Amino acid sequence: MNKINRKLSENKKLLSIYFTAGYPKLDDTVEILQQLEKNGVDMVEIGLPFSDPLADGPTIQASGTQALKNGMTTEILFHQLKDIRKTVSIPLVIMGYFNPVLQFGVENFCKKCAEVGIDGLILPDLPLAEFQEHYAEIFKKYGLLNIFLITPQTSEARIREIDSASEGFIYMVSSASVTGNSSDFGSEQTNYFQNIASLSLKNKLIVGFGINNAETFQQATKYTSGAIIGSAFIKMLSENGLNGISTFIKSIRKV
Amino acid sequence: MNYNVNEKGYYGEFGGAYIPEMLYPNVEELRQNYLIIMAEESFQKEFRQLLKDYVGRPTPLYFAKRLSEKYNTKIYLKREDLCHTGAHKVNNTIGQILMAQRLGKTRIIAETGAGQHGVATATVCALMGLECIVFMGEIDIKRQAPNVARMKMLGAKVVTATSGSKTLKDATNEAIRDWINNPVDTHYIIGSVVGPHPYPDMVARFQSVISEEIKKQLTEKEGRENPNFVVACVGGGSNAAGAFYHYLDKPEVGIIAVEAAGKGINSGESAATSALGKVGIIHGSKTLLMQTADGQITEPYSISAGLDYPGVGPMHANLFASGRGEFISITDDEAMEAGMQLCKLEGIIPAIESSHALAVFESRKFKKDEVIVVNLSGRGDKDLETYIKHFNL
Repeated sequence: MNKINRKLSENKKLLSIYFTAGYPKLDDTVEILQQLEKNGVDMVEIGLPFSDPLADGPTIQASGTQALKNGMTTEILFHQLKDIRKTVSIPLVIMGYFNPVLQFGVENFCKKCAEVGIDGLILPDLPLAEFQEHYAEIFKKYGLLNIFLITPQTSEARIREIDSASEGFIYMVSSASVTGNSSDFGSEQTNYFQNIASLSLKNKLIVGFGINNAETFQQATKYTSGAIIGSAFIKMLSENGLNGISTFIKSIRKV
Repeated sequence: MNYNVNEKGYYGEFGGAYIPEMLYPNVEELRQNYLIIMAEESFQKEFRQLLKDYVGRPTPLYFAKRLSEKYNTKIYLKREDLCHTGAHKVNNTIGQILMAQRLGKTRIIAETGAGQHGVATATVCALMGLECIVFMGEIDIKRQAPNVARMKMLGAKVVTATSGSKTLKDATNEAIRDWINNPVDTHYIIGSVVGPHPYPDMVARFQSVISEEIKKQLTEKEGRENPNFVVACVGGGSNAAGAFYHYLDKPEVGIIAVEAAGKGINSGESAATSALGKVGIIHGSKTLLMQTADGQITEPYSISAGLDYPGVGPMHANLFASGRGEFISITDDEAMEAGMQLCKLEGIIPAIESSHALAVFESRKFKKDEVIVVNLSGRGDKDLETYIKHFNL
């Protein structure tokens, strides 16, 4: 069983953290992962930086730009992760844009993921139809889950299509927004979470975009299986560095 | 072989819609409706009327006698430089503003590099009374001040794109992000034959009026629809798509796409995508683009702000890969010389983009009785400062 599915079957409210690989420093990747696991994070999205991240707001954009300046590449990331399974056992997902994966070679990329122990991929700009036609077999061969996104604008028919193509969880984007929008969730979002939860999808739902503290984490997970924090975590890293990780995670989990 | 888009949105292996799910409803709405709306009689009537009365079409097909004598061949110039706002860009913005209205959109966004597409978008928004927001890279805003002023005069809000390399590709990223943030009321008017399907096809169709007119005009002047060659410059490739469109499936018509070599293809400062690019994804489209081995998109360079896009539209990528199109690249210096020569021989000051296409006659020979149509995509008023600097005028 894939680590992601095993984690989802624990039936707790999962806290997942996104960070950009190569930020703040090129070689911080392993230590960040170890600290996140030690502090009780359930899953991690490792961001592969890209020059043109269409779905990201200023915070994640800036971390990607810095990571690329630091010299991060796909090759280096896999090298950093080669022994990660000796010290980190929570599910690990790589999140990135499709072009760097395409240049690395999709099969080669998946093979490397399997070798280092990555459990799934989130590639927001690889559309469902393309994935199914060209890449689903390759992902399967290497035991990788492909995680799809839905948004408040996604029609029910499309949600059902995505649900049937997914094995793992569905990444539920909280609002019509790029990452890092930090206003609190209103009734619009809460209704949306509740509505989607009531569709009885076969996949669990994990909410991302706009979660930045204990309160929004609570709201996001009331009707769903978990939430992903990205921009708020990156912002904390820019301010406090790796020393701030423990305090940050505890602040989300308190209540 | 068919060089137009197929039902899945591809030109050969190029095209598609590689977009985040957040954009899917917007793009899907457009995909499902664009051909239906364009086929409506009321749409065609309004579009044609505006092209005629507002843009000033048909633009002349002008026999360039002295230029022809110099190169010992028959050269015609398609005078898109005489369009309202000074370039072909407005053909597309007129079409898209009518599309946006029919889709019930009230807010218009656009990206711009040099400012030409931004001005053309601000113009049609003023014409229709719609809110207009134009994203422009911080660096471009500094070097294209007159066009920023034009957009403001036309009532547009110009938003500075400060991300990435702060130029056209980043302005495009910011426009796409704005569309993600405003999915319901907003239409994104892309300025070239780039972006996710159906944009490349839709923009090419709006620009195809160029080759539609060339066919008619050449029949009047030469007694034949088909020239031996059509020549156009390619950045993203919208003027070229329009000039090539009705000739794509006519193998007897040679297609010549001219890219900007900048300071030379191997100088590290170039925008010659067909020579330097590899297949990848940019702004939602699978196409040829300039990138690092690791798949990071690189910043192109050309003296002409309208040609420094790191990719080409998927139609052009396919014309290149299939061998249907002949791709040549012209350096800054060659383009500037060709532009100056047109001033002296024909009394026409061309945009530096179009000067690249005009430089074809120095880089390649044509026969005496061959008919060559060069798409003169824009006028040079906007480039005076660059001409002044280059020639110490």
